[in-house]
Amino acid sequence: MRRAALAALVSHWRRQPLQFFTLIAGLALATALWSAVQAINAEARRSYAAAEGMLGLGSYETLADPAGRMPLETFARLRRAGWQVSPVLEGRALLGNQRIELLGLDFISAPQANLPGNPQLRETLSPNEIFLPPGIAFVAPDTQRALRDIAGLPHLIADTSLPPGRLVTDIAVADRILEAGGGIDSLILLKGAPDGTPGALAPQLQRFDRQSQGEISRLTDSFHLNLTAFGLLSFAVGLFIVHGTIGLAFEQRRPVFRTLRAVGLPLRELLGLLMAEIILLALLAGGLGILLGYLIAAALLPDVAATLRGLYGASIPGSLAFDPGWAASGLGVALIGALVAATHGLNSIRKMPLLASARPRAWAVASTASLRRQALAGLVLLLAGIAAPILADGLLAGFALMGGLLLGAALLLPLVLGAALSAGAALARGPVAQWFWADTRQQLPGLSLALMSLLLALATNVGVSTMVSSFRLTFTGWLDQRLVSQLYVTAPSEAEGERLRAWLAPRAEAILPIWKVDTPLYGTPGEIYGIVDHQVYRSHWPLLASSDTPWEDFYAGRGTLINEQLAYREDLSPGDSVTLGPGWTLPVSAIYSDYGNPAGQAIVHLPLLLTQHPEVPRLRHGILTEDPEGLARALHEEFGLPRANLIDNGSLKAISLQIFERTFTVTGALNVLTLSVAGFAILTALLTLSSMRLPQLAPPWALGLTRAQLARLETLRSLALAALTFALALPTGLVLAWSLLAVVNVEAFGWRLPMFLFPAQWLWLLALSLIAALLAAYLPVRRLARTDPSQFLKVFADER
Amino acid sequence: MLIDARDLTKTFTTADGKLPVLNGISLQLQPGETLALTGESGSGKSTLLHLLAALDTPDSGTIRHQDDDITSGNDTSRAAVRRNRIGLVFQQFNLIPSLDIAANLAFQARLAGRYDADWCAVLSQRLGLSELLSRYPEQLSGGQQQRVAIGRALAPRPPVLLADEPTGNLDEATADSVLEMMLELVDETGAGLLMVTHSTRLAGRLSRRLHLSQGRVA
Ligand SMILES: Nc1ncnc2c1ncn2[C@@H]1O[C@H](COP(=O)(O)OP(=O)(O)O)[C@@H](O)[C@H]1O
Ligand SMILES: [Mg+2]
Repeated sequence: MRRAALAALVSHWRRQPLQFFTLIAGLALATALWSAVQAINAEARRSYAAAEGMLGLGSYETLADPAGRMPLETFARLRRAGWQVSPVLEGRALLGNQRIELLGLDFISAPQANLPGNPQLRETLSPNEIFLPPGIAFVAPDTQRALRDIAGLPHLIADTSLPPGRLVTDIAVADRILEAGGGIDSLILLKGAPDGTPGALAPQLQRFDRQSQGEISRLTDSFHLNLTAFGLLSFAVGLFIVHGTIGLAFEQRRPVFRTLRAVGLPLRELLGLLMAEIILLALLAGGLGILLGYLIAAALLPDVAATLRGLYGASIPGSLAFDPGWAASGLGVALIGALVAATHGLNSIRKMPLLASARPRAWAVASTASLRRQALAGLVLLLAGIAAPILADGLLAGFALMGGLLLGAALLLPLVLGAALSAGAALARGPVAQWFWADTRQQLPGLSLALMSLLLALATNVGVSTMVSSFRLTFTGWLDQRLVSQLYVTAPSEAEGERLRAWLAPRAEAILPIWKVDTPLYGTPGEIYGIVDHQVYRSHWPLLASSDTPWEDFYAGRGTLINEQLAYREDLSPGDSVTLGPGWTLPVSAIYSDYGNPAGQAIVHLPLLLTQHPEVPRLRHGILTEDPEGLARALHEEFGLPRANLIDNGSLKAISLQIFERTFTVTGALNVLTLSVAGFAILTALLTLSSMRLPQLAPPWALGLTRAQLARLETLRSLALAALTFALALPTGLVLAWSLLAVVNVEAFGWRLPMFLFPAQWLWLLALSLIAALLAAYLPVRRLARTDPSQFLKVFADER
Repeated sequence: MLIDARDLTKTFTTADGKLPVLNGISLQLQPGETLALTGESGSGKSTLLHLLAALDTPDSGTIRHQDDDITSGNDTSRAAVRRNRIGLVFQQFNLIPSLDIAANLAFQARLAGRYDADWCAVLSQRLGLSELLSRYPEQLSGGQQQRVAIGRALAPRPPVLLADEPTGNLDEATADSVLEMMLELVDETGAGLLMVTHSTRLAGRLSRRLHLSQGRVA
């Protein structure tokens, strides 16, 4: 009995291979996008965990001076007073052409369990090896390879637990590489250290939770939240597809279900069989989806890695490891999605009367009441989203705004489309036009899920591409302003630097030192630059807000320029005082934009910096010159400077832009994928509906419309719905872009971007969605145009 | 002559092989004539009506509507025949669910470009539909729906009305009154009527009767 029943149920898929394909493909696509995003996130998280958690320092509190590094004596004083602390020195260094994050720990006092390298290995190393030059350092194998040929580095030991680009070494070695002059960034509070601050012992020290300093994880969180949102969105779109196909499969098999019940299969067993079928299908599609997701993730990961490195300085490897965790989550999500999509069908079977009803049932009838309920829910979501950033601060509020906006708009879509179609019907002149609008309106319930997914995809597309393009435009303009010099020269040493300046003085228009110190600003990593008095700064520097006489104050040593990030984070405006170090405060004379930099930054007049930080490395210079090419060649010959130390502003601009292009490759790829999934959703919905369309199309056909006319109208219908959906998606997407630029960006990066509109992109997107609608309509319409008249006639047959 | 059909044959191909349904049928319909087509279930009445209504094509034989051959045309010309020369009424009513009653009533007339508001008003009044014009088909009873279908078929003043068991889905009392209205209106417009029915009682109300059996006129 059960086998016969199963055979009867499964035979449906043999007869409807296309339906089988859409079901599997829809679920697989949804799972693929979801698990791709999960895979990328998991990979990146693993790397951060390696970066921060490897040392287990996340579990320790620290003492630090918000104004900057502390001298070695502070550490010694605290130790003598019985404080269980261990010093840490951190910094970035350019070693060869590698940007390396250095972490200097005191190998003796630091918590041993948290040091890299296994204890046995460390035991085989003699203290002399560790502490005497050149010393030892632990790096990832990749980094070890990259740094192999660089002279003057400590002996590098490969350690797979370290992320690429990070070097862990003894604090003395780090001090030498960073030229920190014995300074200490922070003190780890070990077990047994007293509570509170040392007070009079070191009044400038404050206690920090290590987590709150987790700059990288805070910043990258937004990136991952972004990705996850994309993944969820794609999955929702995929669910719409699955809902459609499963609903259809159930509807079409009603007679089979009825017969099976009539010949004595208990309801419970029928439901059990169907459930088993769904689970099997979900596992099959989920497996395919995970495979596909892995491929997508592997293809995207190098760009993600580049993005994270470029934007946040966070290092993750560019290759993907297979993790059963996200594979399982993908499979689970596929199962849950399929079961959710099937509940409606299963439920209707539970309630199905044994005898067929005479009236043909429409498959997706939504009552006006439920439509209204749905619209109301949409409105509530929309309002809640708008309220979120007003009521709360932070990244989450920004995402609540986006979520509420997107979901609310999607839920409102059927009502809005219904109203538009009614208006169309009211304005229509001829009978065909009138029928067209009225009939389109009637199709709406069956198509609304697919159209909602199209709306989501389009709105995200408009939103994200507006953000990206605004960003690009702003960033390019900003780079033009900011890269004031024609040539950038880095001297290999201070002595060479001095010789270089002397040599350049008669040959260049101006030499602009780019000297900076890395120093915490308000307890987070920061940098202070010194600049000389030159007209190019006044005319070029991208100021966002300033006092009345910013440059006069600045060059008189009565003011500082700070970047937008720092101003936002510390809530500083022109005129406010900013602390640049212990006992060093200056009024803010202006705030400038500084895109792509996670660190807080301040600029002071160079003499001021030299008094406060005489140790500042004097290596980098910007050169104003008519002939950057010739000068670069001359410098190359005269000083033997490698090409990497001589960069003209054109290549610098190209490099910077390249980073940002890659930043958005990922989003772009996900955008395209989501849009294609939405197109697929429309195709399935149209295919689903087309098989139930005959009864609605037969009367107009009998009354004198040709099949070709009907086919044209069906195509037009698909186009009209796509165009109307686009019309609603556009404003939704623009509001989305606004919230990305003005809310999410500010919360995540500390900078706000001006929004630009790109109507050409909208036209392109409209064209894309029309093409998608056209493609989606093609199969069902071709089928309709070729429908044999006898199929129409069956509609009129007596026996129904 | 309104309709002149000669030697029509039609064979369906089914899973069990060929099924000859019509084996050389000829029939004529004169202006003002009302013809009843009777026969057992499955005798091919609907098939014949579909051929006459240009909904389907015969395997052989010719059909002329007012001297114009409709068997040789293409999809478009057959659609034009349905639009302009024929009123169709089905057992299942087949109203357009997305349009209200007024729009349904006027649909074919407007499609054919022969919409006459006064005539439509007369039709809806005579068929007792005046109160229902802004409703939708699903809100009407079977008898009401069939009256709309009759009105829709007669609105363009077609020369011929073809009806396939128009009262088959209605109870007897309703069937009688609907048929009465239809016959009166057909009489007034001077159209020819060909009505399929398996009820000898109803067939008796018409001027002539044709019985189908074994794919032939008996
Ligand atoms: N499209 C078709 N394909 C195959 N067989 C058909 C088709 N349409 C009708 N038939 C068969 O042709 C015969 C005549 O049908 P029909 O004209 O509907 O009979 P009636 O209307 O007199 O009851 C029946 O046996 C029916 O099953
Ligand atoms: Mg019949």
